[in-house]
Amino acid sequence: MNEYLTIMKSELVLTAILFLLLFVKLGSRWKNESTLLMIQLLLLLNFLSGFFFNQNGSLFGGMFHTSALIVFQKNILSLAVYLISLLFADWLKKHEHLTEFFILMLSALLGMFFLLSSGNLLMFFLSLELATIPVAAMANFDLDKKISSESAMKMILSSAFSSGILLFGISLIYGATGTISFAELPALLNGSPLQILAFVFLFTAFAFKLSIVPFHFWTADVYEGAPMATTAFLSVVSKGSVAFIFISTLYTVFKPMDAIWYNMLMILSIATMIMGNLFALRQQSIKRFLAFSSIAQVGFILVGISSNSPEGLSSVIYFVLIYVFSNLAAFGVAAVISSRTGKERIDDYKGLYQTNPFLCWVMALALFSLAGIPPTAGFFGKLFLLTAGASRANYLFIGIAALNMIVSLYYYLRVIRSMFMEKNETPIGKIKPDMSTTLGLIICSAGVVLVGLLSWIYDYIVKLV
Amino acid sequence: MNLILLLLIPLITAVAVLLMRNANQVRWTALAGASIQFVAAFALLYFFNKERAAGNTLQMLFEQQYIWFPSWHISFHIGVDGISVAMILLTAFVVIAGVLVSWNVTKLTKEFYFQLILLSFGAYGFFISLDLFILFFFLEIAVIPKYLLIGIWGSGKKEYSANKLALMLMGGSALVLVGLLGLYFNTPERTFDLIKLSEIQISYEAQMICFPLLFVGFGVFTALFPFHTWVPDGHSSAPTAGSMFLAGISMKLGGYGCLRVATYLMPHGAKEYADIIIVLSSIAILYGAFATMMQKDLKYINAYSSVSHCGFVLLGIAMLTKTSMTGAVMQMVSHGLMTALFFAVIGMMYERTHTRQVNEMGGLLKTMPFISTVFFIVGLCSLGLPGLSGFVAEMTIFMGSWEHTDIFHRLATIAACLSIVVTAVYILRAVGRVAMGPIKDSFKDLPDARWNEKLAAVILILGIVAIGTAPFWLNDLISPATELIKQKIMLAQ
Repeated sequence: MNEYLTIMKSELVLTAILFLLLFVKLGSRWKNESTLLMIQLLLLLNFLSGFFFNQNGSLFGGMFHTSALIVFQKNILSLAVYLISLLFADWLKKHEHLTEFFILMLSALLGMFFLLSSGNLLMFFLSLELATIPVAAMANFDLDKKISSESAMKMILSSAFSSGILLFGISLIYGATGTISFAELPALLNGSPLQILAFVFLFTAFAFKLSIVPFHFWTADVYEGAPMATTAFLSVVSKGSVAFIFISTLYTVFKPMDAIWYNMLMILSIATMIMGNLFALRQQSIKRFLAFSSIAQVGFILVGISSNSPEGLSSVIYFVLIYVFSNLAAFGVAAVISSRTGKERIDDYKGLYQTNPFLCWVMALALFSLAGIPPTAGFFGKLFLLTAGASRANYLFIGIAALNMIVSLYYYLRVIRSMFMEKNETPIGKIKPDMSTTLGLIICSAGVVLVGLLSWIYDYIVKLV
Repeated sequence: MNLILLLLIPLITAVAVLLMRNANQVRWTALAGASIQFVAAFALLYFFNKERAAGNTLQMLFEQQYIWFPSWHISFHIGVDGISVAMILLTAFVVIAGVLVSWNVTKLTKEFYFQLILLSFGAYGFFISLDLFILFFFLEIAVIPKYLLIGIWGSGKKEYSANKLALMLMGGSALVLVGLLGLYFNTPERTFDLIKLSEIQISYEAQMICFPLLFVGFGVFTALFPFHTWVPDGHSSAPTAGSMFLAGISMKLGGYGCLRVATYLMPHGAKEYADIIIVLSSIAILYGAFATMMQKDLKYINAYSSVSHCGFVLLGIAMLTKTSMTGAVMQMVSHGLMTALFFAVIGMMYERTHTRQVNEMGGLLKTMPFISTVFFIVGLCSLGLPGLSGFVAEMTIFMGSWEHTDIFHRLATIAACLSIVVTAVYILRAVGRVAMGPIKDSFKDLPDARWNEKLAAVILILGIVAIGTAPFWLNDLISPATELIKQKIMLAQ
């Protein structure tokens, strides 16, 4: 019994919090502020509990397994969810269904935890569904906005489509090998055409979730319509969890097909970086802008994944950790401005530095980190991804990736230029973010600066891998 | 001497600047920090020479090494040789002068000085790095402050220029990055360490790929033709101190990188590609000089002449003789001081006359004797008058390149020499139009330089004269280091 408690600890803690929230919803007459504060504390507890009483092992005949590395990945996701609860307090406090939002978010997080721990394709499929469907409901949370329902609809349709493809791939794999267990699969993979077809289907499902070009079309619309908190959750937590499971599946289960997926990854990575960057160049809405920038970032993650080496794994995890801080900081600033003034266009940010220097510096740090400029952590993250990718001596590929960094710099600088340089007769007025948002922004900025400079964080990841 | 000090002083200054309450405190804090750094740079020179005099012949002195990212074999490895010491001295001169001439910046003073000091932090770090990873780290740190300096405090089409500069320099550093990764994976133990890399033999094929990447990448910073187009726009839009830092420090990062990283580590590549670089830099020298003749704006004049003068740096490096490489380093120091002074003077004039057009000025010698005199001196230095630093540096490069006896190198040298005549034409014309002639009525009551401007000018002129009249100390400082590079090239027969 004790074994079940410790191996599944993260999931059990999360389930307990979920139940608690259900009771709170039913019973309490608390105001939104106090409920939110309680939820923030619970999420902090959830994050901190990830560091204690961890045990490696597997359960249910290999369906569920965990290791120090998986626990670390779960901790990154928990941290991101905690930060979301802090950063979007402004919007959340005003929402009448605050508790439900967190119930949905934590259900999705629970799904991701199971996803990371899954040791079987069936488990994998179930948890991926659990991780996706609540997010579609979350996308609909701007209840009085039509565009929000539209985005939820697009999200549910496209994820249903990708689930169908995934199931088809799983059934083909079962047909070709006779097993769906991660542990038994590698020995049975021999690269026969049927297996390759099955793998392509599986890969496509991943590509949908990660919004890899050409499976990215849902991303921008969903991101734009959904409330900012959901967008942040989608682009950071969802993407992060799928990137983790993607890389661990490729590196363990499909290792024998390495030669096949290396080429696929390379082509898709180049396409993703270029398309993401080119579309981001012309966006006016900050949400669409961040959506396309996150597509381009996934292209960089693929560069790291393509290395098929321990360095690749550690640098991808490190990059996702950095990405959590930098992307959430950018979304956090955008959310404060949007929730106070309703302005979501980059041009509206003109002259923001005169009135809100703190918000501007946080945004600048976040964007520099996304662009990979030192001394922010993004520099180290991107450099390590490229270094890992270069270990295959494919310098043309690395060169294209490096040039894409320049293109991306151009549009990140566009936002900086609006905020710092361009003049505006009527800039956005002075905004005083509330305590928890400020705390969240400070944590994110500290993360953006320190995760890179403090090398022991990276070393810790390397030791786990 | 502990080299960490060179990084700590700007860092502490930057934090202190942020903590200050009003503009005046900010200025004095920045000046105090720059002065301490100035003293520290001279202390470094003193201790360096003392060590060398005591017979310490190690390639790098005051080395320190701390493991940073063990799994990638990246360590925080710093140390200096003669070239680095010369560049650090140059940086200290330009920084203190830049802080002094920016005394009148009223818009966002705190942020302005913060950016200036951050830029100098990047430059100091770059010049002392012995690990290519941290070298790259500091190289990129120095880019964004330039972007913000031009974009926020600049004039004219500042957003365009700032963007162009940032993108082109980052493009250069992307090439550098790919080149560095190529080096990293072509060594048996996967290291970024400059000393270790210099001891192992990098394969010929790898050198043929990595050398152009690194040289062109760094070359973008030094206005390598045809990647020089950011120079005129960037310089003309930047605020005075921004132009000074850009031309005085930032363009030198590239030259240093070309010499220390590309040429030193990959002698085979350097030999194979030398002819192409010679052609390109000769074009830059001549094209820059002729383009300057056509300019009417003083800042454009100095920007294009910087393209021409920095061409000498690359020419000196590509000639691959000890003397020419020593000359290239001297030219970097000389041009850094000279161009910083040039931009400072232009800034002073512009602040008073509100024009930078040569045609609209005239007779300034009568109302601003000090500023005009400085303008004379810097002009003479630019056209290579003996006794000032420009002559010494260019002469050394020519002497070095004349050691080659074949027709190609001779022709390139002669072409480069010809540019001096052109330089004389445009400099004398500009100086004559601005300082001499009848004075306009609107300029009659303009004040001369204030104390801070005088101090900045005097400091830079002292540097220029010290090199011009007594070049041997700089030569002795640099030549042991270039001797090592030369030896490495000789071994690559």
